[in-house]
This record gives sequence, C-alpha cells and structure tokens, in this order.
Amino acid sequence: MKDLEGKACPVIANHIKIALVGQPNVGKSMLINSVSNAHLHVGNFSGVTVDKTEVLFDYSDYHFTVVDLPGTYAFTDYTIEERVTHEYLCAASYDLIINVVDSTNLAKNLQLTAELMSMSKNIVIALNMSDEADKEGINIDAEYMSELIGIPCIKVSAVTKEGIEELLEAVVQVKEAETQESKLIFSEPVEEEIAQIMWYLDKHKHKAVNSYRNIAINLLKNNKKTYARLHDEPIWIELQPILIDALKHIELHHDSDDIKEAFAEEFASFNRGIVAEVVTEENAQIEKKTLTEKIDNVLIHPILGIPIFLFFMWSLFQLTFEIGSIPMEWIDAFFGWFGDTVGATIPNDDVRSLIVDGIIAGVGAVVLFVPNIIILFIGIALLESTGYMSRVAFLLDGFFHKFGLHGQSFIPLVTGFGCSIPAYMSARILKNDRDRLLTLFIIGFMSCGARLPVYVLFIGAFFSPEMAGNMLFAIYISGAMLGLVAAKILKLTAFKGEDEPFVMEMPKYRLPSAKLIWHTVLTKTMMYLKKAGTFIAAASMLVWFLSNYPHNLILEEEYGSKIEKSMSEKEQTRFANQLAEALLEQSYLGRIGKFSEPIFAPLGFDWKMSVALQTGLAAKEVVVSTLGVLYALGDNVDEDSNSLINAISKNISFASAVAFIVVIMIYLPCLAASIVFTREAGHVKYFFYLLAFTSVAAYGLAFIAYNIALRFS
Amino acid sequence: MKTLKDCRKACKVKVVKLNADTDLKQRLISFGIMKESIIEVLEHTPAKSTIEVKVGKMRIALRAQEAGLIEVEEI
Repeated sequence: MKDLEGKACPVIANHIKIALVGQPNVGKSMLINSVSNAHLHVGNFSGVTVDKTEVLFDYSDYHFTVVDLPGTYAFTDYTIEERVTHEYLCAASYDLIINVVDSTNLAKNLQLTAELMSMSKNIVIALNMSDEADKEGINIDAEYMSELIGIPCIKVSAVTKEGIEELLEAVVQVKEAETQESKLIFSEPVEEEIAQIMWYLDKHKHKAVNSYRNIAINLLKNNKKTYARLHDEPIWIELQPILIDALKHIELHHDSDDIKEAFAEEFASFNRGIVAEVVTEENAQIEKKTLTEKIDNVLIHPILGIPIFLFFMWSLFQLTFEIGSIPMEWIDAFFGWFGDTVGATIPNDDVRSLIVDGIIAGVGAVVLFVPNIIILFIGIALLESTGYMSRVAFLLDGFFHKFGLHGQSFIPLVTGFGCSIPAYMSARILKNDRDRLLTLFIIGFMSCGARLPVYVLFIGAFFSPEMAGNMLFAIYISGAMLGLVAAKILKLTAFKGEDEPFVMEMPKYRLPSAKLIWHTVLTKTMMYLKKAGTFIAAASMLVWFLSNYPHNLILEEEYGSKIEKSMSEKEQTRFANQLAEALLEQSYLGRIGKFSEPIFAPLGFDWKMSVALQTGLAAKEVVVSTLGVLYALGDNVDEDSNSLINAISKNISFASAVAFIVVIMIYLPCLAASIVFTREAGHVKYFFYLLAFTSVAAYGLAFIAYNIALRFS
Repeated sequence: MKTLKDCRKACKVKVVKLNADTDLKQRLISFGIMKESIIEVLEHTPAKSTIEVKVGKMRIALRAQEAGLIEVEEI
C-alpha cells in the first residue's frame, strides 16, 4: 500500500489489535473484506456474523489483527451473539475499537457509540456507507463531528473502498496517542451528580486506573464491575448514600424507575444534539416514498406477500433443474471418458478398480451435482443480500407463531437450505434458549445442499424432466411443512413455555453487487468441491474397499468355469453379472447391508440402499457416491445402463424410492453438523434426543410413504 | 390507554410509556422506540399479528403482543 515517509523505525513492525464493533447490518464484515481482501460472509440482515472472527493483514509498518464481532444494538446481552461482543469488549485485551456506523442512519447508530464512549477506550469511528449517504443527500461533517465528540470520525465506504487508507492512518495515530477522556455530555441533573461523586472521590484521593468521571458514570449506570471494585473499599460506606440520592434524582428527572432507560434517554438526547450539528440533509422536502417503501408495498402486501414468496421459491427450484441439467450431461460424459482413459493406463485389476470404480465413480457422482448446487447457492445468496430475508420473516411470523416458532427462526431455517452447520450457528440470533433449541431441532428438516444430489438423482430416475422442478419444490416444501409440524409437537411437549417477543429490524433493500454474489457462491462451491476431492474421495475408497473384500476364490472359479463353458456372448455377460453381484453380496459392505436389511425391509430398501443410508451419516453426499460405487461394481455391465440414473430406475421400485427420499429428508444430519448441533445445543443429551426424534420420525413417515406409494404404483 | 397495537395503517403516534420488561425495553430503546419518539405504522399482516412500523429512518417489525406494551398518544 502507500509508503509512509518519516517513520522513526521502519524495521520494527508493530502490532495493532482492533475490535470491530457496530450495530447489526452496518457492514462490519464487508469493511474487513475490503481492507484485507478476506472473504468473510456478508449479507443484508441482522445477525450474519454470530461469532467473532479474526482477520490478519499488514499496512505500512504495522501488523493488524482485526476482530470482527457480531453486531450489537446496545450492551444488553439480549442474544447470545450480543453477549459474545459485550464480553469481548469488557474482558479481552485489544488496542482500540473501530466503531462502524451506518452514515444513513446516524442517530440510531450513535446509541451504541455513546455506550462505547463511556468505556474509556481508544475509539475510531468509521462512517460507513458514505456512498449511500451521498446518494440519499445526507451530508455528514466528519471533521466537526470528530471535534465535537473527541473521536476521529472517518468517512468510508466498504463498497467503493473510499476512505479505507484514511481510516487505517487514523487507527495508527490513535494507537500512538494517549487515551482521551470522551466528550460525552449528559443532562444537567446527571452532570450534577457526576460532579458530586467525582468531588467525593477526589476528596478521599481514591486510587484508580480509570478517571473519576468514568467511575462516576459507571456507578450511576449500575455497572456491576465498578460496584464490585468499590464495594470492598472503606469509602463505600459514605459513597452509598450519595449514590442512592443521585439515582433518585436522575430517576425523578426522567420520570422512570429504570436507570437503564434513563441513561438510554440521556444518550439519545446527546446523539440528537450531535446529529443536529453535523448532519445536513439536502432533500428534506415533503416526505417522498423511498424505493424500499415502494418495493415493500408489493413484497410484503398483506394478500400478495406470501404467494410472491412461494413463487420465488418455486422458480428457484425450477431453475435448479432446468439450467442445472444442461452441464450435468457433460460432466457425466466427462467422468465416463475420464474413467475409461485412466483405466486403460492401469494394468493391475485391483488398482484400476479402486481408481475407476472407487474414486472416480464416487467423486464423479458428487461433482455431477455442482451445477444444481451453484444455482441453489445463488438463490440463497440473493435472498440474504437483498434484504428480502427479513421481509419473509415478517410475513411468516404469524404463521410460524401458530407452530410455536419465532419469526426470526426463519433466518436459520433458510440458511439450513444451504448447509445445516451455519444454520445451527445462526440460531444464536434467537434470544430465548427454548426457542433456540426448538429451532435447532427443526433445522434438519430443511434439506441442505448436500441432500440436493440425492433428490436430483432420484427425481431424474423416476420423473419426466417437465415435472422434475415441481417435484423438487414439493420435496423442499413438504420437508419444511414436516418441520413445522414437528415444531408444534415439540413445543407442546418438550419445549413448553412463554412466547418470545418478536422485534426485528427491517433493513433497506440493496442491490447486491455481482462481485459479492460471485464471491459468496464461489466460496461455498469451492468448499463443496474440496469436500468432494478429500472427504468424499476417501469415503469412496473406503466404500470401494469394503465392497471388494474379502475376495472369494471359490465363487470366482465356479463362475469362471461357467463363463468359459457358455456358448453365446449373451450368456457370458449374464454369468459375469451374476458373479459381480454374488461377490458384492459377500463383501464386508454386503454383509453389513445384509445384516441391516431386515430393519429396512418394511420400507422396501434393498441392502445397497440400506448401506447408502448408513454411509450417509458421515455426509449426505456420500449417499450418492456410495450408490455410485455400488452400482458401478454391480450389474451395470450391459451397455445401456452406464449412468447412475439409469441404474437407479432399473433397480429400485418407485415406492422404495419415495420411502428413501423421505428418510433422507428427515434422518440425522451429517457428522459435522451433528457435532455443531451438540455444541450449539449445549449438551450431549440433546444429540441423543435429536437422534431418537429424527430416527423415529424418519422411519415412521417413510413406512407410511412406502405403503401409500405401493397403492399408487 | 391507547397502545401501538390499536393503531391503524399509516397513522402516526407519539410514545408515552413502555410497559415492557427490562430486556425488551432495552431492545425497543436501542431501536429508537422510547418516550417522545414518533412512530408511523407502515404495514401489517392479514391477521394483524405482526406489524411494521417506522421510527426515524428505521423500519421495525414487531408482533401485536409487543405493540400492546407500547403506550402511545395521537399527535
């Protein structure tokens, strides 16, 4: 970056640790991304970042560590993610705070700033979204503002990357400077009381790290830590009556018995003063309807709102199939060709089979579905980044409420369509533990991206292309519906209790940049591919091994002589198929499958499907790769069934396929997700509840579905 | 005693008092819903179970139940 001249010692690099704080959805993660070229997940709703993330980068002579903290409206510990931020700010060691604020709504954002100012830490304020403010005709006098509140305020834009260098310069300067007393000014009664306490502390020459003013403010704000510290001092006896009088005075002035409310009002009036001084709005004419309001008139229309949402979802699944199926054929053909080509170069039978039938068939079966996955991810990215997500939460809250869920549960549930792991994490935006647990239990019903391949495979095998998109939509919707019913059952039994308040910010609509969508989708797709190349490849090798060993020489000889004796080529092929099938059945995997077959027999599963379900516990993609390996080894020697879809439609009955899809929809999420679930739920016992709950539900519903499907077919 | 719950679409009111418990009150205040602030009702769902209001420049969704805790007066 820029060269800094006149640096005293350019050789020694300094560390600066920054805590990035701000209200939700002001673009904190986006700002880090544009400062450091990191790719943190960003979106346009409250609660994208739910845990702290550290990003490291260098600028001029400094090593920067930026800790991206979850957004918080105020220091209230309202939700888990807010608690993360509050605890970090109070307890962790860092050099300074960058307070990111939304320039287009300064009054609201300064509410948190005021609280930060009473902490006596070094702060730099980043007036983010300055480009948007310009467009809306909002002008902030940053210099005057810096002067008024005694904190450097820098106009930046995470989108256009304006002001980023100035921000970093300011950070370096503040780091070098002494901590300054904030210029937070309260109303007269409060200032009087602060002066009174300060005078008292001064009289007794009280020794403290923080300034007297800071101690006084914290005492009046009922800060527990300050109380604890002073409580052990002898001066406490005299201080206590002074404090009681002071609090009474303030409460009287604010006509409230809640000191927190009183201080919030103090902050608000301070902020109003600042905003009145530094913000000028150009078109403060007669209230014109903003674009967001115009869009909202349609999208959250009382009658049209929900149909429009359903239409969007339906279109997404149609597109997933329509566009996704075009490159699928090429990918399928490529892996076929690739397998043959590679196979031709390997003389050893076992090694060739491992590479071609194990790894290439397994990984190929998973990579086949990358186009579908990409389209689904684009859909979710759009939903997250435009601001529509919060609207749907608004629309569905009443409906969700009937099933005992919270409107905001919608956000983790939608995330669950992509992957359950971030979905479990994002359930932290729910305040109440019961609501959060309930949502955690339901997330699995939202079919994740890894299950998409299984659906696409089976739908492709049993339905015409015209119907495929509709079927996929039906699967997802019925999964969600089942989730709601399950929520109701759990709410009535396990998670009884009071309803959680629903208060949620509705962000402005934003047109996401193509770059942003590209990065989000690319990151997720690369993760999927990486998993295919590593975890899935290893699992495919394991499945291949288990299905090839032990060798059975007796069988091989028996069939070998049969094949030799047979006259026609047709008969030879038949015997070869029988041999492969018989070998597979007596392999380790075959034995496991045969062993568990009776359990799954009432659902109409053969042993291969039973095995695929079991390997699917590791990861849902493995279901497809296992089927890929098992059918590649099995009886697909005839020339017309070289693709997995054909193998499935030939070997599996319609009713069994329906039951299989139902099990996939409901049963336990993958290993990684189960671990995250257990961590987020807070206790191992919840994992066993989830295991029992999903297994019983999956088995029961699959049994019903199987029997209904039998009637129809 | 009139509350925000009783307000129709497009009406503008002033907050008189918050009857919520401490946690919820804090959250409302941090959203700018406090004494003296002006609230405009923008939209509500068909069953009026959830409403969307505007406070300052911020749009907030809240349930009728919570709206019932916010005492308001006409302006």
